[in-house]
Amino acid sequence: MGSTAPGTRRIPATLRSRTAADRAGNREYAAKNKILPCDPTHLNENKQSSGICDLTNRPGDPTKMPGNPTLNPVNPTPKPDPKTENGERKTENPKSRPRDLVEWRMASAAAEFSFTLNGLPVRVSAELSQTSLLDFLRNRALTGSKEGCAEGECGACAVLLVTTNGQGQTCYQSANSCLIPLPAVADREVLTVEALKAENGHLAEVQTAMIAHNGSQCGYCTPGFVVSMFAEQYRVTNRPPDVHALSGNLCRCTGYRPIRDALLSLGPAPAGPFHERLAQPAPQLTPFDFDQPHGRYSRPQSLAECLGLAAENPEAQFVAGNTDLGVMTNLKGQRFTHLIGLEGIPELLEFHDTPDFVEIGAGLTLTAIGELWTDAPPVIAEWLPLFASPLIRNRATLGGNLATASPIGDSAPMLLALAAEVRIASLTGERTAKLHDFFLGYRKTQLAPGEILRSIRIPKPLPELVRFYKAAKRAMDDISTVAACFAITRDADNRITRARLAFGGVAAVPLRVPEAERQLESTLGTPADLTRAKQILAATLKPMSDHRGSADYRLALTQSLLDKFWSEL
Amino acid sequence: MTATPHESARGHVTGEALYTDDLISLYPGILHAWPVLAPHAHADLLSLNAEPAMQEPGVIATLTAADVPGEGNTGANRHDEPLFPTEILYHSQPVAWVLGETLEAARRGATRVIAEYRKRTAVLSIDDAIAEGSYHSGPFRITRSNAAEAIAASPHELTGELRIGGQEHFYLETNCAIAQLDTSGGIAIESSTQHPSETQEVVARVLAIPRNLVTIGCLRMGGAFGGKEVQANPWAAIAALGAWKTKRPVRVRLPRYLDMVLTGKRHPFYARFKVGFDEQARLCGVELMLWSDGGWSLDLSDPVMWRALFHCDNAYLIPALDASGWVCKTHKTSQTAFRGFGGPQGMIVIEDILDRIARTLSLPPDVVRERNFYREEDSTHYGQTVKDADRIARIWSELKQSSDFEARRASVAKFNAMHANTKRGLAITPVKFGISFTATFFNQAGASVLVYRDGSVQVNHGGTEMGQGLNTKILRIASEALGVPESEIRIMPTNTAKIPNTSATAASAGTDLNGAAVADACRQVRERLEALPESAGTTFSQRVDTAYRSRIPLFAQGFYKTPDIHFDPKTATGKPFHYYAYGAAVAEVEVDAFTGAHKTLRVDILHDVGDSISPSIDRGQIEGGFAQGVGWLTLEELLWDAEGRVATAGASTYKLPSWGELPDIFNVNFLERAAEPTVIMGSKAVGEPPLMLAFAVREAIRDAVASFGKGGEPVDLNSPATPECIFRAIRTAKGERL
Repeated sequence: MGSTAPGTRRIPATLRSRTAADRAGNREYAAKNKILPCDPTHLNENKQSSGICDLTNRPGDPTKMPGNPTLNPVNPTPKPDPKTENGERKTENPKSRPRDLVEWRMASAAAEFSFTLNGLPVRVSAELSQTSLLDFLRNRALTGSKEGCAEGECGACAVLLVTTNGQGQTCYQSANSCLIPLPAVADREVLTVEALKAENGHLAEVQTAMIAHNGSQCGYCTPGFVVSMFAEQYRVTNRPPDVHALSGNLCRCTGYRPIRDALLSLGPAPAGPFHERLAQPAPQLTPFDFDQPHGRYSRPQSLAECLGLAAENPEAQFVAGNTDLGVMTNLKGQRFTHLIGLEGIPELLEFHDTPDFVEIGAGLTLTAIGELWTDAPPVIAEWLPLFASPLIRNRATLGGNLATASPIGDSAPMLLALAAEVRIASLTGERTAKLHDFFLGYRKTQLAPGEILRSIRIPKPLPELVRFYKAAKRAMDDISTVAACFAITRDADNRITRARLAFGGVAAVPLRVPEAERQLESTLGTPADLTRAKQILAATLKPMSDHRGSADYRLALTQSLLDKFWSEL
Repeated sequence: MTATPHESARGHVTGEALYTDDLISLYPGILHAWPVLAPHAHADLLSLNAEPAMQEPGVIATLTAADVPGEGNTGANRHDEPLFPTEILYHSQPVAWVLGETLEAARRGATRVIAEYRKRTAVLSIDDAIAEGSYHSGPFRITRSNAAEAIAASPHELTGELRIGGQEHFYLETNCAIAQLDTSGGIAIESSTQHPSETQEVVARVLAIPRNLVTIGCLRMGGAFGGKEVQANPWAAIAALGAWKTKRPVRVRLPRYLDMVLTGKRHPFYARFKVGFDEQARLCGVELMLWSDGGWSLDLSDPVMWRALFHCDNAYLIPALDASGWVCKTHKTSQTAFRGFGGPQGMIVIEDILDRIARTLSLPPDVVRERNFYREEDSTHYGQTVKDADRIARIWSELKQSSDFEARRASVAKFNAMHANTKRGLAITPVKFGISFTATFFNQAGASVLVYRDGSVQVNHGGTEMGQGLNTKILRIASEALGVPESEIRIMPTNTAKIPNTSATAASAGTDLNGAAVADACRQVRERLEALPESAGTTFSQRVDTAYRSRIPLFAQGFYKTPDIHFDPKTATGKPFHYYAYGAAVAEVEVDAFTGAHKTLRVDILHDVGDSISPSIDRGQIEGGFAQGVGWLTLEELLWDAEGRVATAGASTYKLPSWGELPDIFNVNFLERAAEPTVIMGSKAVGEPPLMLAFAVREAIRDAVASFGKGGEPVDLNSPATPECIFRAIRTAKGERL
């Protein structure tokens, strides 16, 4: 059990405000964060009169440095310079162009970055480094994207990113713009709902389908649904539309039936500029260091550069998908003066499937893992949709979910049951640790200052049978009351040779219960064996009560989920 | 059902439909407001010094009681909601506001405000309130015959209690208001409000100016559900006060966290009951006591309690009844209107009771329900004849047939016999819901129809669009009443400068009232045009132009008041409702004993919408209302912590229905031959009644839970039926301890 004493710790009260992004959280160290001394609230708001945006629409120079890392970890083919693509892509209705074309730059700004917004280049030279993409869009009168929750739960702010999927193909990925720090879209191509209507006023198929099926009532969530639905229709893999694609979008009016009908009415993506765009490579990310008086955002291009930056700037905070950090920014008023974006570091985006192990780069998103791990065991397919919605999975990384060390993150129980190890890198070298030794306490891991989680390694052979269970108030896109992953391997006589019982939500850290595992090992798993294992669970685990469930319910769940697993053997 | 899209559907899907906060680019120099929040649920404010906020760069002004020219109170009825309190009455109550060039500046400024408090004991639950005698009002009481004697004389008797959770509205668009001085000495406010005239009244009260200087506009709302009937007012008042003081536009927008901790919710209720019934499971008498958690101020809690008492019969004849209700005063958010308005809390109790009777007598619950239905000529406990009561039985039998109820009951029993750890449940429940504001004077509406010389038309009415499709229906009403295509008609954004003294768009009556007023105005114009000679032209625009040249007015005001309704609260008798809306639902669920989770497999609904003005809108209201009811009954759990903070104050902790709650099979049909001749176009109100169709899911869960037991035992299940509650109920049914 490592250094964690199961059952002796109580989960602190701060657990109360953890979010869905928890299970999807980002790379983050114990932060020396600046925290506004006020109630947890929302800071990113429209700064209409703040005068700190560069609203130039001149083309920028996005290729500042050579050796661009690509977003696609399995396709190292060099991509064309995004700059040369800009002139060819006209997917936007001119009416939706930013209204304000006046250059409005602060003289003191030393750095800038650019990205493509609805087909047009945008240069940003002075903006709070923690301004969310959503606020930036709404400042530019692109008000189709709405703020419903500011914590990645409702999807009303969804936008599209042109990116590369696990098969190396260009795709549209939906993401919550409230959880994207503006600098993180540097070099990227962003489409908002405003871009989907053609110049001649013709609507995209997803839009006409939503109208035809009465998919909107108050209409406030509708742009987000349209965006998620668009991404699903243009998904490269040729499957029928999957309603899980919309699981990160909440609607309070319709009850979802008409939205389901609208989605299921869609055929393959039609020919046209949006389809043609997918034949071209997605933009590559280039390194940059955006440093201005309000904060700094660095995007290093290698692990060595990243670790060097972190060493020079001890106050800096690593950020990958920002699905957890963004919630702290938006709801808890935390301000990070220096963010180091990990999205451009090739070493963190590697994926290896070897005869001895599967190794997953810590910076890979959950979506990418699903795409790259082509012969994954069934438990992975069970686990991914339970983990979070696509809007979160498209941004959240496995490394982030582990390094946040949330007791209710959903990756840890599964990886614990798979006996995963973590590779930890620092300027002085690398080391490997067992995942069950990795978590030291509530939101505390082994990672020392100057260290970064590089990858997660799952040894082979995988257990014979693995199941992941999640008990939560809501079936989809909720945070676990209790998460459990059970793995067993049996010999030819049906005797259990190895058992692993891992849980989240029952202690300050995700944990295994080795005593109960040992109770099952070398047995035939009879009802009596099972009862003894459950008695150990009952005696060992001491979960807490909170708004997700009472302590005795949680404790009973640990046992009844094991019963459920046994009933399914 | 034909598909007529929502009139704003194109704007919705393109993002071009604007909501209040989307307008801020129209207001150069706008200031952003942020509140200073009290850190206690109950405390005395000993001192307040807002001055330090002014040292924060970007802060332009602070707002405190000293800035209020008029009455600093936004309470709708009792004037019990001080804008700047000296006694803190709920956790996070704003004590001052800071206005900044940016929201960040305002927030930073707010942290500099110095306030001292003396913490006091807080009342944080209905139980606490009862123990301490902390009430806003009550008892309200409706009696019929002698319930105590009837129960004493009945062959069977049972008692019980039920705890019913509240519900957060969670409109996707949070509260927002933008105020700006107008061009002639007044003030204009864009507000996300269901009740612009009351918002106007409150702003005028706070600024001490006549209402003709205050203009409230409401473009549309991103959902409201009752949550913006009263509780939009304080934010508009703060925006107005800020604009009045600084002469600059001011925006108040509550982010989700603040919206959830500052605004009221559906009332939590606690019910105790005593019931007498006979061998045939017929109700003999019911004694019922209801307590609602009203929160810190009265708000609409009185009429909510009245509606709970009016609806404690649902669709059943209770020959002897003694029903009383108290509104508890607690140090929590001030609970308010929410779709159903107390009706759901009254109706859930009788549904709970009837299932208990069925389990006690080992009779099928649907049979027990059916035996107690109102019949034609029956009257309610408040003395109103149950008009069209035959529709209850008609809906029941048609729905049972179309949903294949009897065969499925057999297959559910078969499934349950074969499965130890999962059980299915099947239930059918009815809805009868009274339509009208119970405060009779609210049942009026005005409209103004303007026809221009080119034949294009503007329609103004007093209702607000919150997604319910009011304007889609108004468009059809105006089109038919004028005889012009919908494409020639523009429904104008709601504005108090167009129609004065409007009622809230609430009580499901938006179309009934405003639609009738619009039709009245259109009729006048049409009659004038029809009086023209044939030579006036053949097309509408030709005749309009001829009319103009003939000096005939091309605009008209319409008015409507609901006829023949009255209620006397002293005797608790009368005819408070113009008519009843009816419906029923069948739900089949599957419950997992390992976790307490359930899945709704199939839902069949048959609902009475009269002659539908817009079938696609009505279907949307039925499905959406049902889903919201399912959320209230099974999923959405509002919790407050020991300090009185809302513990579930965000989308990550407060879970709305999502895709998993959508039934695999979902059949919705309208009752045929159901015209309501006394209502516009023969239609019926549809906003609230379908919410209570969701009782079928709760009762199906109880049915499944009962299958884990040996039978003959009632199923105790508080609301919401979360997985944990169901898990516990299953353990109880099995005779096991948790």
